[in-house]
Amino acid sequence: MKDVAFGQYYPVSSFVHKLDPRLKLVFLIAFIVAIFLANNFYGLAACAAVLILTIAFSRVPIWKVLRSVRAVLFLVLFTTALNVLFYGGETVYAHWGIFTITKEGIIFSAFLVLRIMLLVMCSSMLTYTTTPVALTDGLESLLTPLKWIRFPVHALALIMSLALRMIPSLMEETERIKNAQKARGADFESGGLIKRVKAIVPILIPLLLSSFRRADELGEAMESRCYMGDKHRTKYKKLRFSWRDLLAFLLGAALVTGVVLLRVYLGATV
Amino acid sequence: MNAIECKDVCFSYGEEGGFAISHLNFSVEEGEFVAILGHNGSGKSTLARLFNGLLEADAGEVDIFGVKLDEKTLYEARKRVGLVFQNPDNQTVASIVEDDVAFGAENVGLPREEIGQRIRFALSAVGMEEYRSSLVSRLSGGQKQRVAIAGVLALKPSVIVLDESTAMLDPRGRREIMQVVEKLNKEEHITVVLITHFLEEAMMASRAVVMNRGEIVMHGTPKEIFSRHEELLTYNLALPRIGEICKKLQAAGLGVRDTLDIEELAEDIAGELTCAS
Amino acid sequence: MRIVAEHLTHTYNAGSPFAVKALDDVSLTIEEGEFFGVIGHTGSGKSTFVQHLNALIRLPSSLKHYKKPKAKKGQLPPPEPILKVGDFDLSSRKTDFRALRKNVGMVFQYPEYQLFAETVYEDVAFGLKNFAEKGHAPTKEETDAAVKEALEIVGLDFQAVKDMSPFDLSGGQKRRAAIAGVIVTRPEILVLDEPAAGLDPLGKREIMELLHTIHGKWCKTVVIVSHDMDEIAENCTRVAVFSEGRLVYALPPKELFQKAEELKSLGLDIPLTAKLVLALKARGVELSCDFTTEGLLSAILERKEGKA
Repeated sequence: MKDVAFGQYYPVSSFVHKLDPRLKLVFLIAFIVAIFLANNFYGLAACAAVLILTIAFSRVPIWKVLRSVRAVLFLVLFTTALNVLFYGGETVYAHWGIFTITKEGIIFSAFLVLRIMLLVMCSSMLTYTTTPVALTDGLESLLTPLKWIRFPVHALALIMSLALRMIPSLMEETERIKNAQKARGADFESGGLIKRVKAIVPILIPLLLSSFRRADELGEAMESRCYMGDKHRTKYKKLRFSWRDLLAFLLGAALVTGVVLLRVYLGATV
Repeated sequence: MNAIECKDVCFSYGEEGGFAISHLNFSVEEGEFVAILGHNGSGKSTLARLFNGLLEADAGEVDIFGVKLDEKTLYEARKRVGLVFQNPDNQTVASIVEDDVAFGAENVGLPREEIGQRIRFALSAVGMEEYRSSLVSRLSGGQKQRVAIAGVLALKPSVIVLDESTAMLDPRGRREIMQVVEKLNKEEHITVVLITHFLEEAMMASRAVVMNRGEIVMHGTPKEIFSRHEELLTYNLALPRIGEICKKLQAAGLGVRDTLDIEELAEDIAGELTCAS
Repeated sequence: MRIVAEHLTHTYNAGSPFAVKALDDVSLTIEEGEFFGVIGHTGSGKSTFVQHLNALIRLPSSLKHYKKPKAKKGQLPPPEPILKVGDFDLSSRKTDFRALRKNVGMVFQYPEYQLFAETVYEDVAFGLKNFAEKGHAPTKEETDAAVKEALEIVGLDFQAVKDMSPFDLSGGQKRRAAIAGVIVTRPEILVLDEPAAGLDPLGKREIMELLHTIHGKWCKTVVIVSHDMDEIAENCTRVAVFSEGRLVYALPPKELFQKAEELKSLGLDIPLTAKLVLALKARGVELSCDFTTEGLLSAILERKEGKA
């Protein structure tokens, strides 16, 4: 079976795994903020250091985290190429036609690539170390204030966890249907845009139908197990704040402050 | 006491096809192991959904432990009658085994400690303790089905209804499930209703009924039912291969008894072949 | 068309720590005209093997940017995998893979789930259009004739079902329609993965009968993957047993199912007929038969007459 690289839980027990999912969500937001606040390499280095620390304490193998970048590899390469060739600047290394390769362009591209990679790796760290149930519980808990305005927080959280649960099944199914139609001569790789879009139909329709069937059966199974919305519902896994969470919180706060200080005192690289 | 009792139950899906279940009377005694046989479209899966109120009878009534199933008693009935479905991929709610098993127990509002105990009980009953924190998507079909059974067991039901729960499994998975089911019936004294089109599986039951066009057309012990194989064929049910061999040997004049047991059949054949010499 | 595989090896996620060797040095020849069985557990490599047959999984040497693996010092280089289906050389980049797929039909597990078109007719005709030579789109008459024939051989009434939505067919009919959609291009070789999975016993029997009809009239070679040893024993000329990516046996059922102990150690079952033969042997009655029901019955009756 193929491995789904992005967004799958990696089942080991570690410091990071044990953190409160709410904290991890907040930490991720703080991290993203820090990445965007960082305007020089020192700031990004600080973020990278925190990420490496997190990975080290999570017992998730580093290659697995690196692999998650593969999902956006095309985007990364595309933006790099674009920026290297068109950014412009003063220190010109090479020039032909409309393309100019400059020192500034290279630095800017490197900065951008680092940013994207940190972003993706950090997000995937969240899903690697947090089960979908914990993730949705955390989200539900963080969004609780919205219940006041009658926002269906519980339903939203449940939908999210079911979607995460179904991802592996649907990926497998897509692969299977694709192969089956390929065996019947379907061609997904050649032709113009319209032809390619048309070629998707024989995959899309069976996939849609099977999703409906799955949803139907899942609904029956849930009802049979006494699901009636969040009334009277209890939770087996309680979210609890512990010393670990405090430590992680301090780290997150330190990171954002650090990046802001670096920004103020060292100025922008790009 | 009757765990499930259907009194003159009718049900139709509202299509022109007529009744999916028609004037059906059927009961399951507490602690029993009953098999419901029937070809695809005979109404057996519809019946399963009437047992816990996923479908509501058009006429007649379904009683669960003497209480009539209706909107008010639905919730209680679902606690007592657990349903396990066919597709191992479409009945687990959570990605992690223990989270999924907890789902039902959470729904009925049990305290945390109790849920923990129920998870332990349910997973050990199906022999899946060591997979407690595994990803459901990485399990085999048979293991997924065992998790589905555990998810139902966490509600401590008195009855488990298995709706063709082995149909999509390989022979190994099928064996795993049948062992679990037999154990639940014998050791946990859970009433089992096994819906299947495999006659071999029905052999484990103490009683079997055959459905056709929404009606019960045969009932008796599994052995009695298999001995009427010509009648079974008219309901589109095939005798297991061993039963067929048995019948063919009888037709050829060998003195073998009606059996679905390999050892018994071998004994009879050996007797015939050696005593003649 | 003959299928010849030599040193066939396949690794999923090659080069990553997730690498799984799914096929390991498999050499196997399937002759034209065989009704060939493939058995083994989930993960034994049997599905990987059959997916090679119509290039759904490609040999590395047939891909762009292929580099020959270098031999380690002091060792011979690993043998080059070879896979030939008739005249198609699947290890070559120049092979016309579309033409190959036209000749090797593939029916996946639960094929009814790949139905997609608005009518049964269109769904069955899908492959026909895809495989048509460039500039030689089949005429309406040709398509009609091919679809009609394909539907009829799987036992569906052309007039009755052609304009129906495939989703309105019954479960068994859907599977038949899906099979019609594969055989409509008249592949010489038909590969089926668990064709009877999920059906009731009568449905299973009908599908196996259908395969025999197809095998005679339509496709020269049939390869089935199955878990059901009775099905294998009743129908196959030869059986390949896979375990942990390796080919363990390739034998006719008559010889294979005498190896009850060996199969058991691989976690595989034996057919009912073989179990009966063993149970009889334990009671002092030695019978030899080909492990089909008919074969066993006649062996018993012959013995009986011989004694009488």
